[in-house]
Amino acid sequence: MADATIGLWGVPVAVLGGAVRVSTPFLFVSLGECITERSGRINLGLEGTLVMGAMCAYGTSYLTGSPWLGVLAAGGVGSILGTLHASICGLPRVNDIAVGIALMLFGTGLAFYLGKPLIEPSAPILPSIDFGRWSDVPQVRAVLKINVLFLVGVALAPLLVWALNTTRWGLILRTAGESADAARAMGYSVNAIRLRATMIGGFFSGIGGSFLSLVYPGNWNEGLSSGQGITAVALVIFARWNPMLCFWASLLFGGAAALGPALQSVGISQGYYLFNAAPYMLTLLIMIITCSPKRTLAGAPAELSIIK
Amino acid sequence: MKAQKQASLSAARAALNRLGDAAEYVIIPALALVASLILFGIFVALFGNNALDLYFYMYQGAFGTWFSWQNTLTRSAPLILTALCTALPAQLGMVIIGGEGALLTGALAATAAALAMPTAPPFVVQITMAVAGIVSGGLWIALAGGLRHYRGVNETISSLLLVYIALAILNQLVEGPMRDPTSLNKPSTREIGAENMIGTIPGTDIHWGFAFGIVAAVLAYVLIYHTVFGFAARVAGGNIRAAKVVGLAVGRLILVTCFLAGGAGGLAGMVEVAAVQGRTNANLAVGYGFTGILVSFLARHNPLAVIPVAILLGGIGASGGLLQRRLGLPDASVFVLQGIIFVTVLMSETLYGRFRLSARKAA
Repeated sequence: MADATIGLWGVPVAVLGGAVRVSTPFLFVSLGECITERSGRINLGLEGTLVMGAMCAYGTSYLTGSPWLGVLAAGGVGSILGTLHASICGLPRVNDIAVGIALMLFGTGLAFYLGKPLIEPSAPILPSIDFGRWSDVPQVRAVLKINVLFLVGVALAPLLVWALNTTRWGLILRTAGESADAARAMGYSVNAIRLRATMIGGFFSGIGGSFLSLVYPGNWNEGLSSGQGITAVALVIFARWNPMLCFWASLLFGGAAALGPALQSVGISQGYYLFNAAPYMLTLLIMIITCSPKRTLAGAPAELSIIK
Repeated sequence: MKAQKQASLSAARAALNRLGDAAEYVIIPALALVASLILFGIFVALFGNNALDLYFYMYQGAFGTWFSWQNTLTRSAPLILTALCTALPAQLGMVIIGGEGALLTGALAATAAALAMPTAPPFVVQITMAVAGIVSGGLWIALAGGLRHYRGVNETISSLLLVYIALAILNQLVEGPMRDPTSLNKPSTREIGAENMIGTIPGTDIHWGFAFGIVAAVLAYVLIYHTVFGFAARVAGGNIRAAKVVGLAVGRLILVTCFLAGGAGGLAGMVEVAAVQGRTNANLAVGYGFTGILVSFLARHNPLAVIPVAILLGGIGASGGLLQRRLGLPDASVFVLQGIIFVTVLMSETLYGRFRLSARKAA
């Protein structure tokens, strides 16, 4: 057994590998939500978008034989859900948090409905790049088998920082998030800006969902995502609406989520379920530590309903 | 004389306006509901089913026979209680969506209480179970409320995270310390015993949980609209600064309200154990807590309106089985319809005041 060769070292190695593997959906959803929230609106429905994305990606990949088309389809359906969220929120007197909850239930329900025939068949999944050929230890090789989507996400984070901070588009988006009046005074439609931001957020979340069904765990079932979407939304708050911090936070959460399976792989199955809930407990703990009733959070978009 | 006439006229106009307001609260959600049913019919028709068949079987499965009525009312019991878990904090302007977590902790605590006292008379066991369920569910949601007040943690996110944590604790206990060794395929706790079940309302198959739900909803209504506490809560919900200025203890209001809300959710868990399942296992997490959120929003967070809305959604849930058998629809079709209703109802929020405006012009 290879376990014997590295023994308990298998745990940190597996956690590290898990961090890379499990973090990708967190990364995409949090980057998407980051864009949406910087425009001054919160979309709690990304949990539903994630599940819909996973289902659509799997279905498309199964029907067409191309997992990349699946990723695209997931992004597409994510944008549609994002657009739906934004257009409902654009109506007067409609609360964005409530709409998010509604779309969370709608998205998961729809995905379960349409995904019923997809539980049995196996679809082609996305390829990974093997960076670990040099190593003889299977665990190390497993860690270094890195998926292309993760690399895309890694590249996306600094790109978003740049786009938000230096481009004209980023400035307009942030203006809508900091002061809707200022954006209006400049002649921009706040609703149109937020519509685009929510649409892009949905696109990314859908792609995050495609990772779940096409890479890891790499199948479709109704228990695929339980709360990853909502954890990612909380993660954005923790990351102070900064895409680079979203990246590091996703890695942290991925590692936490990998703790249970990693311990199980070396034979520690005590508390398996509690370890599986580690990301949620971590989220809650971090929110307790970093939030404060006295001041608004540093870096928070002023128009965001959730911090008011 | 003239002034008197004018006064009575304006009083009549005010009454008319009030009536218009009340009518709006009935007409707009009803319109949203009809629109959702039409949308769902179209959705189902897209997959080659007859929409009229759908409506017929939905009606049959929900309200068509005495049997389906009983099924509907039985399902509405936990929905009334979990809806209160969202409706009570909503008076304070808080959006709590963790009713499922309160239900699970309540079920777990109630089961543990029953298993801890094997020789006690059933009546004592049942009371203890209810208290255990209410207290544990109450503390669970009060935690979310407390975090909101003392740490500024968003209660919507924290209460949802607590659902997943509650589920993990439940799975852990059911697989580990509380596991009945004879439950092989579906890990469960031991049974609480037939004599400790709360039984059905005489002459029906509806369990007493339904009565608990009605009583809880009425109590919640009285609390919110006819007590100083409820008035204070609504003031704090309307304007938190004003509430602080007039010296209301906002923190206490939040904690007590969240405790009561969670207590209702916990009672739902106790009812599901003591009237339906007889034990705790993962079967309890079927989404009553999430449907409860929808019930509360559809009832506009009014505890009395929660009752008919819960019956309606209980009916939709009850018809799911028939839709599965007769039309071959997946069991998730109920969730799709619930999602459509939720979205439509929120969209209809934008309509409030439009009818009122035209009524005023006419007057």
